[in-house]
Amino acid sequence: MSHEDLPPSVDPKITRIIVWALFVVCTAFVAADLFYDKAAHTHYDFENLVGFHAAYGFLSCVGLVLAAAQMRKLVMRSEDYYDRD
Amino acid sequence: MIEAIPPGLLLILGGLLLPVVPERHRKAVMVCVPLLGLGLLGLTPLGTELTYSLFDYELTLTRVDSLSRIFGVIFHLAAALCAVYAWHDKDLLQQVAAMTYAGAAIAATFAGDLITLFVFWEGTAITSVFLIWARRTERAYRSGMRYLVIQVASGVLLLSGAIVWYSSTGSLEITGWTRDGDHLRGMFAFDSLESAHPAALLVLLSFGIKAAFPLLHNWLQDAYPEATVTGTVWLSSFTTKLAIYALARCFAGTELLIPIGATMTAFPIFYAVIENDLRRVLAYSLNNQLGYMVVGVGIGTELALNGTAGHAFAHILYKGLLFMGMGAVIHRVGHCDGSDLGGLWRKMPLTTLFTTIGAMAISAFPLFSGFVTKSMILSAAAIEHHTVTFGVLLFASAGVFHHSGIKIPFFAFFAHEREYDREITEAPKNMLIAMGIAAFLCIFIGCVPAPLYALLPFDMEHLHWIPYDITHVVTMMQLLLFSALAFVFLQKFGLYPPELRSTNVDFDWVYRKGGKRAVVGLGRLADSVYAGARDRLYLEAGSVSRRIRSYHSPGGPLGEPWPIGSAAIAAAVILVIFLAMGWMG
Repeated sequence: MSHEDLPPSVDPKITRIIVWALFVVCTAFVAADLFYDKAAHTHYDFENLVGFHAAYGFLSCVGLVLAAAQMRKLVMRSEDYYDRD
Repeated sequence: MIEAIPPGLLLILGGLLLPVVPERHRKAVMVCVPLLGLGLLGLTPLGTELTYSLFDYELTLTRVDSLSRIFGVIFHLAAALCAVYAWHDKDLLQQVAAMTYAGAAIAATFAGDLITLFVFWEGTAITSVFLIWARRTERAYRSGMRYLVIQVASGVLLLSGAIVWYSSTGSLEITGWTRDGDHLRGMFAFDSLESAHPAALLVLLSFGIKAAFPLLHNWLQDAYPEATVTGTVWLSSFTTKLAIYALARCFAGTELLIPIGATMTAFPIFYAVIENDLRRVLAYSLNNQLGYMVVGVGIGTELALNGTAGHAFAHILYKGLLFMGMGAVIHRVGHCDGSDLGGLWRKMPLTTLFTTIGAMAISAFPLFSGFVTKSMILSAAAIEHHTVTFGVLLFASAGVFHHSGIKIPFFAFFAHEREYDREITEAPKNMLIAMGIAAFLCIFIGCVPAPLYALLPFDMEHLHWIPYDITHVVTMMQLLLFSALAFVFLQKFGLYPPELRSTNVDFDWVYRKGGKRAVVGLGRLADSVYAGARDRLYLEAGSVSRRIRSYHSPGGPLGEPWPIGSAAIAAAVILVIFLAMGWMG
């Protein structure tokens, strides 16, 4: 049975609530950048851009996962690859 | 107090005596001995030394200072926690191996000279391999053998370094840090490879193997997932952190370690994303966490070294907790392959909760332990303006949350509902207690970092650095929340690579396949050279023998009877030759 055929473990309604809550919290933390003196504790100018860490985190993860998925073409072998002589 | 029982030896003795302890008391002994050791260590003042003489050498069995103390404390604590986790296990082999292994790691931490360090360094290798072999499968046996060869090689390099160092300086002592402006320097620290003492390079290679430096790392991902359920938890606590301790002690301020550490934080996470065996995912993630500590050692400021020591402390707890969670899954389900798990949160709710706490801690969420320790290393990198390293560490922080923070709990406990071939129940009580204590400590350290900070090598108040300033909290939350958003985005659009049963080849291909092929190829070459030489020899021998036969057989020149006169002349000629030689000589 492929992954798509299996029912989700958490009720999709609850998942939707969690995802919306995540959107709200994400927005709130980016907005928070406007309300304090960020420069007081950062060491680089680029860190002071509003939402810098948010964008960095998002792009890092998307880049990481897409690159890793491509990497499979290069490194993935069958499960018993090392057991075969 | 410590003069009577040096730290580590208590556990080694306890471990060796376990076979004579009645089985029903063994588990209690395994929990109580590390706690007793921890108590003794608590009573030991900083600066305590215990020396002994071996032949003409003055060796230091124990030296307690602020760096060895914090590692000693967490090693004792981890040993007690692991013993609780393994309470249900009656395998004497594992019990003895685990206790002596923990003892060797603790003894190595307090070693004051290179020879004592070497002895216990090898001790950790020889004892810990039984935790892998105790799985009693062909795969575990082979993996353990590779592990042992590599670990022993690390020890041999350390001994070689010690000998070279002794022949050059006349000393075996592991000396303390020296100060160079704002930076601390270990006894083997160097500025460039050319200026490094040969002994320093040998020792660095030795420590680098155990600390899983890039290209020297594969023993970790190879062996840890093959060990027993409890064995992996023990293994994850000691070996690599002992190496971090040794690096911090001897190589603080070696800038070469900064790019090495940064590479360690980044490259394993690509593998962690696509790996299916969730304990192997954790092994890659362990490698990534070691990277932060190695960067801290390389930076070598007080804040960075505090970060390394503090992060090692926090890391042992949350990484142990994550391995405990996956171990509980194996204990109940029989495996921990992401492709065949899911929906366990209903059946193992407490394991789910505790593992998720471990995942939050490793991801460095504010209020969890990773946050108050990792931030020190990130800040130290930024303060020293290691800009690229800082960028890599931020990238790796987002990546850690992705594969350890989300992937582990998501694929094990949530994802899809699944039918299992057996009745799944919550983890055994002892496992839950161990996980509960570790989870509590992850939160406690995150919320109340002061007791941990008090154990660090340098006074935190003097450093004017606090974890909970608004910038740290908001920027870290942004990084992590948007990483979670990226996961949602990738899942929603079907871009997230599915969990697949597979093997991902890493650098160990070189010796597991490439090296094997090279050895087999060389063997075949040698075989054909040998066969060729042998055939040639037979051919030559045959022709010589034929020639001799032709001379000596009837009808041959030597085969015919000689006339007596010819024999007399021949004898006379030989006699004359001998006489001439005698007269000349």
